[in-house]
Amino acid sequence: MALIELEDVARTFTIRAKVGRLRRERREVRAVDGLSFTVQAGECVGYIGPNGAGKSTTIKMLTGILVPSAGRLRVAGVDPARERTRLARRIGVVFGQRTTLWWDLPLRDSYELARRIYRIPDARYRANLDRCVELLELGPLLDTPVRQLSLGQRMRGDLAAALLHDPQVLYLDEPTIGLDVVSKVRVREFLREINTGAGTTVLLTTHDLTDIEQLCGRVMVIDHGRMVYDGGLDGLHATGQSERTLVVDLAGPSAPIEVPGARVVKVDGARQWLAFPAEDSAAPIVAAVAAGYPLLDLSVREPAIEDVIARMYAKVPIG
Amino acid sequence: MAEYLGERESGVERLRWAVRSWQLTAAMWTRAAMAYRASFALMLVANVLITSLDFVVVVLMFQHTDRLGGWTLPELGLLYGTSAFALGTADLLVGSVDSLGERIRAGTLDVMLIRPAPALSQVCAERFSLRRLGRPAQATAVLAWSVSAVRVDWTWDRVLLLAALLVSGTVIFSALFIGGATLQFWWGEAKELQNSFTYGGATLLHYPPTVFAKELVAGVTFGLPLAFVNWLPLLHILGKPDPLGLPAAFQFASPLAAAGSVLVAGVAWRAGLRAYRGAGN
Amino acid sequence: MGSAARLYLAIARGSFRRYSTYRAATLAGVFTNTVFGFILAYTFLALWRARPGLGGYDTSQAVTYIWISQSLLVTVAVWGGGFQDDVQERFRTGDIAVDLYRPVDFLGWWLAADLGRAAFQLLARSVAPITAGVLAFHARLPHSALTWPVFLLSVLLAVLVSFGLRYLVSLSGFWLHDSDGVRAVMLVVAMFLSGMLLPLGLFPDGLRQAAQVLPWAALVQVPADIFLERSTGSQVLGGLGFQLAWAVVLLALGRAAQLLATRKVVVQGG
Ligand SMILES: Nc1ncnc2c1ncn2[C@@H]1O[C@H](COP(=O)(O)OP(=O)(O)OP(=O)(O)O)[C@@H](O)[C@H]1O
Ligand SMILES: [Mg+2]
Repeated sequence: MALIELEDVARTFTIRAKVGRLRRERREVRAVDGLSFTVQAGECVGYIGPNGAGKSTTIKMLTGILVPSAGRLRVAGVDPARERTRLARRIGVVFGQRTTLWWDLPLRDSYELARRIYRIPDARYRANLDRCVELLELGPLLDTPVRQLSLGQRMRGDLAAALLHDPQVLYLDEPTIGLDVVSKVRVREFLREINTGAGTTVLLTTHDLTDIEQLCGRVMVIDHGRMVYDGGLDGLHATGQSERTLVVDLAGPSAPIEVPGARVVKVDGARQWLAFPAEDSAAPIVAAVAAGYPLLDLSVREPAIEDVIARMYAKVPIG
Repeated sequence: MAEYLGERESGVERLRWAVRSWQLTAAMWTRAAMAYRASFALMLVANVLITSLDFVVVVLMFQHTDRLGGWTLPELGLLYGTSAFALGTADLLVGSVDSLGERIRAGTLDVMLIRPAPALSQVCAERFSLRRLGRPAQATAVLAWSVSAVRVDWTWDRVLLLAALLVSGTVIFSALFIGGATLQFWWGEAKELQNSFTYGGATLLHYPPTVFAKELVAGVTFGLPLAFVNWLPLLHILGKPDPLGLPAAFQFASPLAAAGSVLVAGVAWRAGLRAYRGAGN
Repeated sequence: MGSAARLYLAIARGSFRRYSTYRAATLAGVFTNTVFGFILAYTFLALWRARPGLGGYDTSQAVTYIWISQSLLVTVAVWGGGFQDDVQERFRTGDIAVDLYRPVDFLGWWLAADLGRAAFQLLARSVAPITAGVLAFHARLPHSALTWPVFLLSVLLAVLVSFGLRYLVSLSGFWLHDSDGVRAVMLVVAMFLSGMLLPLGLFPDGLRQAAQVLPWAALVQVPADIFLERSTGSQVLGGLGFQLAWAVVLLALGRAAQLLATRKVVVQGG
């Protein structure tokens, strides 16, 4: 069942920039440029891309905050911008950069307002709140005014607020931004529980690829508002033309190694790093090195997902 | 799939929900304000005083004359009381909408838009504070005095017209607040511009139409419908000639003007939301 | 001395430039002043039609009074504001305790900033209303060329008095939990007693004499009378002297309050 459907969705912003002292120039920014994808119910999808790629803009269109400039967009079968308030009962949103909680009031009061605004039946409200309080360890924080919470505590509070009404979809825009390692782990565990346990569909935007590796079966990479990859995490390596690295320790410092199928990327005394395509076998290269150089030790390093993504971002032509 | 969202609600239900979500949000703000209650009393007093100043000036003027533009002090009291009541009540109910630009810049409008309640209700209830009761309270006092002091035979049609104008006037000013605020979707700093229509308009209505140039009076009759707030109906109540010589029907048309203003403000608000660009990040 | 003067000049210039970047707000503000000018000018016309020569103003002077007061409203900050908002923000963040220990004098810093602000707002926010007044109501411009520099001097003194008043209100934040309420009450007093709404000469006996010696009269009434050339010769000097005296007294009080505040911060450890 497709819960989210986008067909050729675009969103442009006209910006007026000052040129010189008086003249102003109008310029069009295509924040999202012909995006199409579908997300099935129950999926957990990582949505990544460099700064300014159009991730937040997409999420805002999916919640109905922004009206698309072109294309067709459906969430749970309806057009979000047109039926925003009706759809709002079915979706949960967490913006890492701002809070939906009431700054001056205890956490509990924000939840109480959510109960009324979302018209959550009492029994369900209590069950959901109890579950969130337990999983996110919010118990001791419930009576603290939000402005006194730390960033990590507040983020946990925001997560709970987004889930009290049992949304079908949860959009997360950089939920782990600024959190320490322990808080990140806790948030991830919670999201996994929400996705696999409760079956909530999750669309997750982040710059921390560990979030994606640990949570998402599927990744979508966008840049300049266009999809550059959509598929499994492992498939990224092939698309990203990722490289493995052969680290060799020679008997002593030497000129950069020259063997077919690999190139030296770094030299440090007797140690040299050779890069080669991830899909090639390491054996012939190792054999060639061993034949031509005084080899003492070697190891093969798998490509890190960060490098793959970075390579992918760098490859997309600018403009 | 769509039916899972629940039935689409009727217009009446949607309106009731809009009012209800205003109440819920306003209640939250009242609570939040308790966190800073220190100077509440002083602020309320200051509020009553500042809104009284305008009337004090009128009273001082009448120390030197017994008529202004042909109207007596109790008659000006009626003008002042009705205008200030309508503006004050509108300000209490929807006045916060004028800081829409700040809401947009701070990104709080995004947060409102993800809730299942009309964004307009939430913006209007934002920073709701009971200290805004000062103006309507003070206006009611002046109004009560003027009603008893003015030489008018309070027949039922006049009483009815007075009640209707208070309601219509409040609605017209509310529509002005909202319609003016929507400009901020396009021009973030339009707040003060809007103040000149609302607060400036209310000041205009403190004085009789005979004081002003005919073009100005025509402008606030056919342009911004300010004349319908109190001038036109009070002409009938006080039995005064219309400086523009308009048909008598205009003096009863305030509810129509109010309905028209609401329509225009509503359309403007919707257009504004469609043009909304988000808070950046 | 030279370097201190240069520093304060730089502060004032920075403040001038900062306010000049709020272009849209300035434009909207000018529009509002002009709208209110129109409305109030008509009411004065009606009053002076009923009572020609009231308070010693002829009709054209009375109308001009409105446009002058609208032009000065923001420059002399009758509503409060300007540096007060910045100081309030520093109270909120707690930076204020540190500010008292900066090598730059606290009062001098904010005074320089406020003078920069006032200079910008005098330029930006008075020209349009006065022009509207001249075109639509035949507002009366000074007949003698000498009146202009004297008027500017009077506005400068008005800003000093206004600063002195607002500075005291802001410093009350060291003793009161929240100076918002005080600020609101001061606004009412200033609007009324400055002559912003009605020339003080029209006030009833008793109130009139009191208002004419209180510092708020220095904000609008005195400069307006100079612009209207109502006071001549020694009266002009009297008006300027009145403003100067209040400026000195208020700035001295502000300095004293600042000393007390510093001592309080020392005792309480910030
Ligand atoms: N309100 C706006 N007005 C003008 N341009 C905008 C607006 N919002 C976004 N943009 C532009 O649209 C593009 C996409 O922005 P968006 O916020 O969607 O990026 P993002 O992928 O979320 O980036 P980040 O990782 O930095 O959060 C950017 O070039 C941005 O400058
Ligand atoms: Mg973003």
